[in-house]
Amino acid sequence: MSETTTRKLMLFFPKCECEKPIIYHLVKDYNLVVNVFRAKVTPEEEGYLVLDVTGTEEDIEKALDYVQTFDVKVNLTGRGLTWDSQRCTHCGHCIPHCPTNALHFLHAETREVTFDDEKCIECQACVRVCPFGACTSAF
Amino acid sequence: MKTYAEINKRIESGKAVVLTAEEIIDYVDQKGEEAAAREVDVVTTATFGPMCSSGCTLNFGHAKPKLRMSEAWIEDVLAYTGLAAVDVYLGATQLRHADPANMYYPGEFRYGGGHVMEELVAGKSLQLFALSYGTDEYPLRELRTYFTIHDLNQAIMVNPRNCYQNYNVAVNASDRPLYTYMGYLEPRLKNANYCSAGQLSPLLNDPFYETIGVGTRVWLAGAQGHVYAQGTQHAGACERTPNGVPMEGAGTLALTGDMKQMLPEFVKGATFKGYGVSLAVGVGIPIPILNADVLRRTCVRDRDILAPVVDYSHDYPQKTGKVLGHVSYAALRSGEIEIQGKKLTVGSLSSYHKARKIAALLADEIRRGDFLVSEPIQRLPADGAMKSLEVREKTE
Repeated sequence: MSETTTRKLMLFFPKCECEKPIIYHLVKDYNLVVNVFRAKVTPEEEGYLVLDVTGTEEDIEKALDYVQTFDVKVNLTGRGLTWDSQRCTHCGHCIPHCPTNALHFLHAETREVTFDDEKCIECQACVRVCPFGACTSAF
Repeated sequence: MKTYAEINKRIESGKAVVLTAEEIIDYVDQKGEEAAAREVDVVTTATFGPMCSSGCTLNFGHAKPKLRMSEAWIEDVLAYTGLAAVDVYLGATQLRHADPANMYYPGEFRYGGGHVMEELVAGKSLQLFALSYGTDEYPLRELRTYFTIHDLNQAIMVNPRNCYQNYNVAVNASDRPLYTYMGYLEPRLKNANYCSAGQLSPLLNDPFYETIGVGTRVWLAGAQGHVYAQGTQHAGACERTPNGVPMEGAGTLALTGDMKQMLPEFVKGATFKGYGVSLAVGVGIPIPILNADVLRRTCVRDRDILAPVVDYSHDYPQKTGKVLGHVSYAALRSGEIEIQGKKLTVGSLSSYHKARKIAALLADEIRRGDFLVSEPIQRLPADGAMKSLEVREKTE
């Protein structure tokens, strides 16, 4: 069995593409395991999907080619949530609200806040509680 | 043992021994109190957090022809114009015009006076819109222009209440979420929020106001400002621990400083969903080590400072005076406290990281001989409690 990898994709759909069963085809035609973090797919409206896809490198590439045959914007940076280190005052107000410790203190003593985007599941709890607008979401 | 003049002489000669309120703890543990009191000249304290009672007086100079402002908005945020012709006072919690506030609860409160102050200090271009009824000597009745802090004659921060000596830990015992100036509080005692720099905080290191008083030179967001009065709601008479540290709000300071000298990093507009807008400010205050007693009080540790835990769903709004218990800042910083048998996660609104940075910056300025300590011209009252507002019928 060939080696599998996992990649995070963000797909932004314009109005006309919201009714196509894209996920179905990713699973059925490209053998991908999908894990959807965030989705808003409403007929007659714009929509988005944030998901991890797991499969062979080859299948993922083919699937991306397939997705791009639609009028869908693909963001491969994996970043829907941005933490602005300049706006962050390191108060730590966000920390108990972050369920995955993506936002955490770098050292217990200095209490400097840092953000690990690998751990972020984009629940947006930090966006709601940060008094300084340090956390913003693309969604 | 040492006088202000002697300490300043050592600062001016570049020989002053200066430690932060965090560093002094271990130093005294090693050296002993008497020796440390002889050696150390100054201990620096600091805090950074939202301080709602902040604002600024601005003088715009005159347009041609002249206008006497009767109403004025900066970036659509109303400034108070009941002063001389082109003087205004802008408050940190003033909302932008037409902000729906809590009409659609919880409101977002994205922009207000605190954000204007942040942008002013950052040197950004801001819009001024002013109206007047017109007078013989001030005929212009309306103007709209753009300005930066460099265009102003004066931009002076005037904060009636900063540096609360201690503060409540907010929790929510009700069954619905709360959106408060102490942040988001989940229902049924799930989380707690506090707001103090604890062992680094200025008035917790000088609990009886022995060195910090009216006239004390302070580091206000990087500028050299001073304490101009006791802060509003200053109430020195309070419950204290055996070592004299207040177990509730207690003292406050009214601070002023020149915004043109301030650093943008330490003046930040703040937004509290469902509550409103504010301003977070960084303050550093040096404590001259006049004797061993003054030194001993700067060695206060987070574990020895207790904050009252208050239910913001009922006891705070209804002013019952009930406190659910007291917790130490050491417990708060551990990230978890226990109240009524329940474990609560803890968040902070005050930035200990920035407070440390300010204490270190101030210590460097003093070591370089650029920041002198000043003897208060008047002490802050150690007595006096906070009065309530009685709602009563008119009396003759």
